Amino acid sequence: MKRLSPVRQRLGALALFGVPLLSFPVLGLPQGEVAGIPAIFLYLFGVWGVLILLAARVAERQGK
Amino acid sequence: MLSGWFVVLLSATYVGVLFAIARFGDARADAGRSIISANVYGLSLAVYCTSWTFFGSVGRATSGGLSFLTIYLGPTLMLLCVGVIIKMIRIAKAQRITSIADFIASRYGKSQLLAGLVTVIAVIGIVPYIALQLKAVAASLAVLFDQPGHTIHLWGVDSTFLVAGVLALFTILFGTRHLDATERHEGMVAAVAFESVVKLLAFVAVGVFVTYGMYGGFVDVFQRALAHPELAGLLQLDSSRAGAWASMILLSGLAIVFLPRQFQVMVVENVDESHLKRAVWLFPLYLLLINIFVLPVALGGLLHFGAQGGNPDTFVLTLPLSQGAESLALLVFIGGLSAATGMVIVETIALSTMICNDLVMPALLRSRWLQRQQQSDLSGLLIGIRRVAIALILLLGYIYFKAAGEAYALVGIGLISFAAVAQFAPALFGGMYWKQGTRAGALAGLLCGFSVWLYTLLLPSFAKSGWIDSSFVEHGLFGIDWLRAQALFGLSGLDEISHCLWWSMLANIGAYIAVSLHSRPDALEAGQAERFVDVFRHAQRVPDSRLWRGNASLSELATLLERFLGPQRARQQLAGYARTRRVSDWRSLPADAEFVHFAETELAGAIGSASARAMVSSVTREEDLGLEEVLDILDEATQVRAHSRELEAKQQALEAATAELREANERLRELDRMKDDFISTVTHELRTPLTSIRALSEMLFDDPKVELEQRRRFLGIIVSETERLTRLINQILDMAKLESGRAEWTTGEVNVGDVVREAGEALGPLYREKGVHLSIDIAEGLPVVLADRDRLMQVVVNLLSNAVKFVAPASGSVSVVVAREKNLLQVSVADNGPGLTAEECGVIFEKFRQGGNTMTDKPQGTGLGLPISRQIVEYFGGKLWVESAPGAGATFIFTVPLAKAAPEA
Repeated sequence: MKRLSPVRQRLGALALFGVPLLSFPVLGLPQGEVAGIPAIFLYLFGVWGVLILLAARVAERQGK
Repeated sequence: MLSGWFVVLLSATYVGVLFAIARFGDARADAGRSIISANVYGLSLAVYCTSWTFFGSVGRATSGGLSFLTIYLGPTLMLLCVGVIIKMIRIAKAQRITSIADFIASRYGKSQLLAGLVTVIAVIGIVPYIALQLKAVAASLAVLFDQPGHTIHLWGVDSTFLVAGVLALFTILFGTRHLDATERHEGMVAAVAFESVVKLLAFVAVGVFVTYGMYGGFVDVFQRALAHPELAGLLQLDSSRAGAWASMILLSGLAIVFLPRQFQVMVVENVDESHLKRAVWLFPLYLLLINIFVLPVALGGLLHFGAQGGNPDTFVLTLPLSQGAESLALLVFIGGLSAATGMVIVETIALSTMICNDLVMPALLRSRWLQRQQQSDLSGLLIGIRRVAIALILLLGYIYFKAAGEAYALVGIGLISFAAVAQFAPALFGGMYWKQGTRAGALAGLLCGFSVWLYTLLLPSFAKSGWIDSSFVEHGLFGIDWLRAQALFGLSGLDEISHCLWWSMLANIGAYIAVSLHSRPDALEAGQAERFVDVFRHAQRVPDSRLWRGNASLSELATLLERFLGPQRARQQLAGYARTRRVSDWRSLPADAEFVHFAETELAGAIGSASARAMVSSVTREEDLGLEEVLDILDEATQVRAHSRELEAKQQALEAATAELREANERLRELDRMKDDFISTVTHELRTPLTSIRALSEMLFDDPKVELEQRRRFLGIIVSETERLTRLINQILDMAKLESGRAEWTTGEVNVGDVVREAGEALGPLYREKGVHLSIDIAEGLPVVLADRDRLMQVVVNLLSNAVKFVAPASGSVSVVVAREKNLLQVSVADNGPGLTAEECGVIFEKFRQGGNTMTDKPQGTGLGLPISRQIVEYFGGKLWVESAPGAGATFIFTVPLAKAAPEA
């Protein structure tokens, strides 16, 4: 029996994790600005970047 | 002012570089050394970023703020669902699927009708999108030459037409070089990956220029924008648009899979599944990088040009030009050209394959003309059809661009295209995970979804462009209010895209599920459903060959392959197939179901599964298996899998049981051997006293004149030997009882100290007679134990009499100690006899084994005392053992658990 690959499951979990973080109502939370840059701009690119970073770590670790 | 000829030269050089890369990629692919690495694959996915991204994102950001990001967040999330994409790739490879129309048609019984419908939807949805790319190139040229209109003429020809022509030529040259069985175009993929790099570099360059050159960085741009109330709104998310945000993410997530060009690069052009591991983060990273400067550029443009200052869609060009940075503007122009050409090339290749396989071929196969051309090679015709299709698609795009111009129908087309291809989602995902989905259901779903899309999105966009009467949008069809195209059934308050997505998905999914549940698949469909849904489980064990029965001719099938693949390629594939079946010449292969399956799959790669199916059945006489039989075969296959798993489990259980049995058998044999040994030893032991009794009796009987003294001695021996015999027999009986568990026990509270004292008194005469000193040391206040008093006495007496036997007369001494050890009572009997070797310590507890040399010395006991004692002690839950070394005496120790822990009798 072929088991579901753990890498695929982890990436799928990342997607499930990302959906609520990148949609309303959570998106309504960052208000105002941080260090002169709108908080929502930092939040969107931050969450996006972290998702990519985690995905890279999960996907590329497999090869070793 | 830039020279027109310079721009033309630059563009031509750029296209030349693309040609070179594509040529190199194809040459390497032909040589078997693919240049498609994980990075190239990941970058080729960025064909998603068209000129709509390159120019349009800034435009969208000037009106919608950050909401343009949804178009790129959706793909990021979708790509993380790697399992879904890998399943698509696996299915496509197993079935030689070459387009999304083929994928859907193949799943639902290789239906030509379904393939045709998907193709029509795709063409209608995508041609305007291609027109948008042409428009973008034209607009960027116009900006570059600072001309108000979009028409620049070279040699009297409209430059946009020229661009379309060059693109058609490029696409034809590299998209339809030969009919590959898997429709792979490695050269094209390499060129597209290169274009992705160019457009990213160009966009980042202009982003850095605007953000850090014209302004003082991110903070500066944002702070200046915040000073303007009308711009500050762009920097916040409006939570009332939460629904639009979510539907945009969903829509773009679907588009990344279902746009024909994305399906082409992601699924069809995939060389190795493991490349997806890189793409899963590289492509989202690409999207992030190309988007990070969009908002600063948009704000910069608005700040620089003011509210009415020019078209925001061309800010990336006009901002550098306004600063006199002409070379940067040229780089941006090339970037935009990359974005447009990459999209157009891949999209037209994908669409031309669909048009050729799923619209033209089915018609051609029915026509008389083709039937007359029985023997000719049709591979050239196929390539011809595709080339014409490519040219036609670009011509259509050009015509649409000319007709639409500045009209709304072109500007909003990106998302309208996304919504069109999203209609494939229910049939495709349903087909991958739900075996019950039927062709009728898929047709119904697609038709309903497409109609709703047409009515609520495409036609209103035409109406807004003024091409058709807009009364159906404003007042509803036939004046019926609840049929208003963008407020269907009174649903208002949503933006038009969300509105369309909501209603079309409801209609699509609803019809797909409802009709699927009320229709029965035919035999072919049921088989395909199984292969799609269970693609991971089946691997190579699909009963493909068993799902086909009939008569076929090897030569007819081979001719078919030659006609559509070309003689050379057909022979190559046949030879390759023969090798997999370990046959040297394919002509000696049997024309069996497996061969038919091979031929059909090969054909499917060239002309699509539906047409391949039709062609193969035209040259074979096929028996109709019927749905029931197919389901039986599939069930059987499933059952066989289940059974083989069960069998495996049972076999393991059996092996374990066998091992246990073998062990038990070993034990039994050992016991049997021990029993034999026991019997022979017992008879031997019984014979020894019997022999001496008999010999002495015979002497007395034969010779009456034996002296009285002698006679008394003989009779004395006879009496003692008889006693020994009796003792022996009693002990054997005792032993047998103990071993069989039939011994009688009278368990009660026993004071061990009393027992030891009593035993010492009973054996006192014997010790005194031999002159052996006996000391007894009993600790104070010992608790009682639960045991059989007489049996315990038997053990102590046995140990004491053994001790006195082995010590030297006169100098011998034996000491008994009774003490408490935790929850045990311990009795030790120590002597100062000759002691035992380590080996002897082990064997003296075996039956009939005695201390001392039994071969030379007269046996001093029966050899059963210690085994019996051990049995008794163990019955009470205690232990009996000996500690000894040669010359240092021996100490026999036994323990009895205290009353609490004693066993119930």
